[in-house]
Amino acid sequence: MFVAATAGILVSMALALLRALLGPTVYDRVLAVNTFGTKTVLLIAAIGFLTERPEFLDLALVYALINFIGTIAVLKFFEYGVLGLTRRIQREAE
Amino acid sequence: MDLAFDVLIWGSLGLGLFFMLVGTIGILRMPDVYTRLHAAGMTDTMGAGFLLLGMALYTVEEMVHGHTSYWTVLVRLVLVYAFLLFTSPIATHALARAGLAGGVEPWTNDAEEGT
Repeated sequence: MFVAATAGILVSMALALLRALLGPTVYDRVLAVNTFGTKTVLLIAAIGFLTERPEFLDLALVYALINFIGTIAVLKFFEYGVLGLTRRIQREAE
Repeated sequence: MDLAFDVLIWGSLGLGLFFMLVGTIGILRMPDVYTRLHAAGMTDTMGAGFLLLGMALYTVEEMVHGHTSYWTVLVRLVLVYAFLLFTSPIATHALARAGLAGGVEPWTNDAEEGT
């Protein structure tokens, strides 16, 4: 039954990747990559059950956190142009 | 007992895949980034929730069959869902905020009627 789950997740991952390629603005691409990451978490979990190795869920946990941090970092980069020192840049702008 | 478990697992996985595919099609077909966020939220809560529920039911079935060490798998599944529940709304909020700050105009129906 996890074969079906893995196949379905892979199909929706392909569709999300299509939006990442099409997306007119950078935010569309970030959104698509974020959902792609969520689906990757589920894919890792499903493959873990498929191969009878549920220890894969540890990888899924780590991937969920990395995906979140990565999304926030990319958004911050596109909002401010840098990853750090945003307060100083704001002060200098004022 | 086994049949009931199997039906429940298939139902959960099927519902999860349904919501995931619908959310992804929504991401493809919605007109701008804010409406697409709505469809993406569907994927994260309902799709991932039902898929992880199906996996949890499978784990419970394995535990009933004697794999008593599988309770750690159950804990991990709950942790994955908890992290998704925390991170998904924060990422959505940050994305909408960054989009507004970056000057993406929200889509309205008037623009299409004008053309």
